[in-house]
Amino acid sequence: MAQIQQLRRRVRSTRSTAKITKAQELVATSRIAKAQERVEAARPYAEAITGVLTALASNANIDHPLLVPRQRVRRAGVLVVTSDRGLAGPYNANALRTAEELISRLKADGKEVTLYVIGRKGVSYYRFRGREIAGSWTGFSERPTFDDAREVGESLIEAFVAGADGENGDGGRGVDELHMVSTQFKSLMTQEPVARFLAPMQVEEREQTGPMPAYEFEPEPDELLDALLPKYINTRIYAALLDSAASESASRRRAMKSATDNAEEMIKTLTRQMNSARQAAITQEISEIVGGANALASAGDEV
Amino acid sequence: MARQVHVEVVSVEEKVWSGDADMLIARTTEGELGVMPGHAPLLGQLAEPSKVRIKLPGGGEQAYDVSGGFLSVTEDSVTVLAEDCAPATTPAAAH
Repeated sequence: MAQIQQLRRRVRSTRSTAKITKAQELVATSRIAKAQERVEAARPYAEAITGVLTALASNANIDHPLLVPRQRVRRAGVLVVTSDRGLAGPYNANALRTAEELISRLKADGKEVTLYVIGRKGVSYYRFRGREIAGSWTGFSERPTFDDAREVGESLIEAFVAGADGENGDGGRGVDELHMVSTQFKSLMTQEPVARFLAPMQVEEREQTGPMPAYEFEPEPDELLDALLPKYINTRIYAALLDSAASESASRRRAMKSATDNAEEMIKTLTRQMNSARQAAITQEISEIVGGANALASAGDEV
Repeated sequence: MARQVHVEVVSVEEKVWSGDADMLIARTTEGELGVMPGHAPLLGQLAEPSKVRIKLPGGGEQAYDVSGGFLSVTEDSVTVLAEDCAPATTPAAAH
């Protein structure tokens, strides 16, 4: 009897877990669609700014600090994009593993590494391991806005412009190189963490077909480049944040889906066990009654 | 019918407006300018803050308050890139 009650309790708790994971799955599903819409919506700007920069780069002289690789790279900055909440399957583990690979590669090249982290999960990962974090931003991993990206971008650019020898505004150390690790949304089933170069940017020389249109510039090209490049970096960070947000939701949806499936499987098994235990108890009772009746009957015969 | 110029207003988070217009008026850091069909290619940084006015065919006008903006004019289109972009607080005309 005690066993049946115990099983019933387990079925009940598994059922409520399944309800929660199912709800999480549905929420994540709707978030994926929203995140993808935002990725789409941000594309026109990204394309336009890339076009403008291309036109500009072929007209201005390109020795802007954000474009020229430093001769000696002493310290590299790594921006890691993780999520704020867990229950997202391997999403954070994958991003952090890719970051670790990048960091050990940089260290093998004799560079020091400065960490910048987005998302609570990443922050707690590095804090738990006692690693120094130069900058961290949390609270927007599921719905990043451009303001968030700009905030991140501004402090990264500040550190980059200062360089490893200088110090940035709040006394932190500068960097000579910027990398970014984020998760790319490939499809609902695949999300891939990637490490990318953020700064200095590489200018691709491309063969021009036909003459370039002769642009007029207001103000001067160099000044324009000065204003545009930081914005371009912010745009790239923003795009990475949006992509990561979509990946996070997709990863969470998949994790929650298999959790729900497992819970349902478990409910089935537990219910079976419960039924057979109940059946066994009934059978036992019947045989006890029959046995008792037989005993009584045979006792009566003897009287 | 007069020639028209294709205008796109895009902010970081979405495409705000696109369509054909008779003229686009914006103010760069150097000064105010109007872009009509056939304007020479131009890249400009918009003044801060700045208002972009789009003269629609048929007399209407659409205005946007833009911050962190750039203007890119190519042979057949005009693109306004903005970090923040909102319909102007005092619309110049009903549309």
